[in-house]
Amino acid sequence: MDTETMAEETRPKRPIRWHVGVFLAPAVLVYTAIMILPLFGTLQLSLFRNIEQSQVFVGLGNFRTLFGDPNWSVNFWNALRNNVWFFIIHMLVQNPIGILLAALLSSPRLRFTAFYRTAIFVPTILSFVIVGFAWKLILSPIWGVAPHLMDFVGLKSFFTPWLGKEQYALTALSLVSVWQFVGIPMMLIYAALLSIPDEVIEAAECDGVTGMAQFWKIKLPLILPSIGIISILTFVGNFNAFDLIYTAQGALAGPNYSTDILGTFLYRAFFGFQLQVGDPNMGAAIATIMFLIILAGVCVYLFLVQTRLRRYQF
Amino acid sequence: MSTATRSLPRTIGAHAILLTYTAIALFPVILVVMNSFKSRAGIFGAPLTPPTAKTFDLIGYTTVFGQGDFFHYFQNSLVVTVASLFFVLLFGAMAAFALSEYRFRGNTLMGLYLALGIMIPIRLGTVAILQLMVASGLVNTLTALILVYTAQGLPLAIFILSEFMKQVSNDLKNAGRIDGLSEYTIFFRLVLPLVRPAMATVAVFTMIPIWNDLWFPLILAPSEETKTVTLGAQLFLGQFVTNWNAILAALSLAILPVLILYVIFSRQLIRGITSGAVK
Repeated sequence: MDTETMAEETRPKRPIRWHVGVFLAPAVLVYTAIMILPLFGTLQLSLFRNIEQSQVFVGLGNFRTLFGDPNWSVNFWNALRNNVWFFIIHMLVQNPIGILLAALLSSPRLRFTAFYRTAIFVPTILSFVIVGFAWKLILSPIWGVAPHLMDFVGLKSFFTPWLGKEQYALTALSLVSVWQFVGIPMMLIYAALLSIPDEVIEAAECDGVTGMAQFWKIKLPLILPSIGIISILTFVGNFNAFDLIYTAQGALAGPNYSTDILGTFLYRAFFGFQLQVGDPNMGAAIATIMFLIILAGVCVYLFLVQTRLRRYQF
Repeated sequence: MSTATRSLPRTIGAHAILLTYTAIALFPVILVVMNSFKSRAGIFGAPLTPPTAKTFDLIGYTTVFGQGDFFHYFQNSLVVTVASLFFVLLFGAMAAFALSEYRFRGNTLMGLYLALGIMIPIRLGTVAILQLMVASGLVNTLTALILVYTAQGLPLAIFILSEFMKQVSNDLKNAGRIDGLSEYTIFFRLVLPLVRPAMATVAVFTMIPIWNDLWFPLILAPSEETKTVTLGAQLFLGQFVTNWNAILAALSLAILPVLILYVIFSRQLIRGITSGAVK
């Protein structure tokens, strides 16, 4: 949208308010040029293919290759499946733990809450490089910290090098990611719980609803909108994830692609890795699929979840 | 309040769960930092004990400072983060002011357009962003990173800041107008100082993902000259897979600056989240 037409008055009598355009222009220009146009450029690139040094329009050909050609589709479906599992673990582990911690933190007159909040949020501010490597070291059988710790609780026989086994690696990394990001649902739910007015809680207590029943019947319904928000944030974050897998397992997402998710698949397709040559058009096609998945998730949230959950304004 | 909500066993239970989780959250960080001050024998012999006089060793740190160009990477990260932060806050506040202060045709539409980027990650446009940067000769420059991070941070900044700017009193702004202040003066002199707490919140939210990002440095600026500390640490750790002293020291060096900043700004950050800045 042109900023000059934006600055035009609704009522033609007043002069053109240039300052509105001046205030908007830098943000709109940078945002449009670096974010929106490349996004559409990527969607457009996914419809072309590089044939003899020139871009040829192939329609949905790249997607047909992605879904059908065994060279691509095996990896693609694997990455998609892994990504869905990655998301499921986050929803089943990260968000309930976050809600539990928030519920405990918001209990009245509990001391040291500031300390707990600050400490539990620490992993969230660390970079993936640190988190990925630190956990890689801890879970490494060479160092032996993990088996040593499990020995304390008598579980040493259950230890295996999780990150090195195909059947466990993805779950282990998902749990590392949960460990890192549990602070976000905790904080958002905590904020929502604090905003419930005392009158509502007191009314519940007058009616004899206390403890667990109070949480399930009074507080949980009131924080549902926040749970909706953390779900969509988790969804977008998970289907866009890359860094943790890349730092812990490398671009090949080993062992044997068992931790490959869409982000690492996109990276390999786009840049190429070892024997595979990079292909920007196929990269764009994968990015388009990721875009559609995220868009679908956001639409489901906006049109189904958010409109049905009533926001309580106090 | 009824006594049921603060009975003793319940409080003890709450503390027990929170303490356990705090331990889980902090354990890896403490473990890494603690072992970075030990000799190789100490790291493997007794990983869970703090460094003693016998196992204390700074060999890891000397290796890191001798090998990697960490100071330079650190500088790059600092330049990129500070510059992006400056532009996000300045441009974001300006746009937020325009959206919240003036009624003009397409106001809501513009707001929605700018909010798109909150949900759709900029990473999905990487293929075309790289082409754009190649075409404009910005590959392997810090400018490319600053531009990308500015675009990435703007949507959330505008969204949060316009919420806050709506709360600034109209009387104040109109008094300024009557006194003959220009719209620019009103924005810079009257409104900006009043939304400073919100700016701090936005700053923290914007800063963390920029400092920690690996994707764009890896793709847009992987050269030795422009490596950020996150990318540098990643490559360094890859090189020294068997030198545990160096790895642990490098990890500690990467953790500490973020941790110090966090401890300084944590109240701001937590207040920002809990005041409903993110809805």
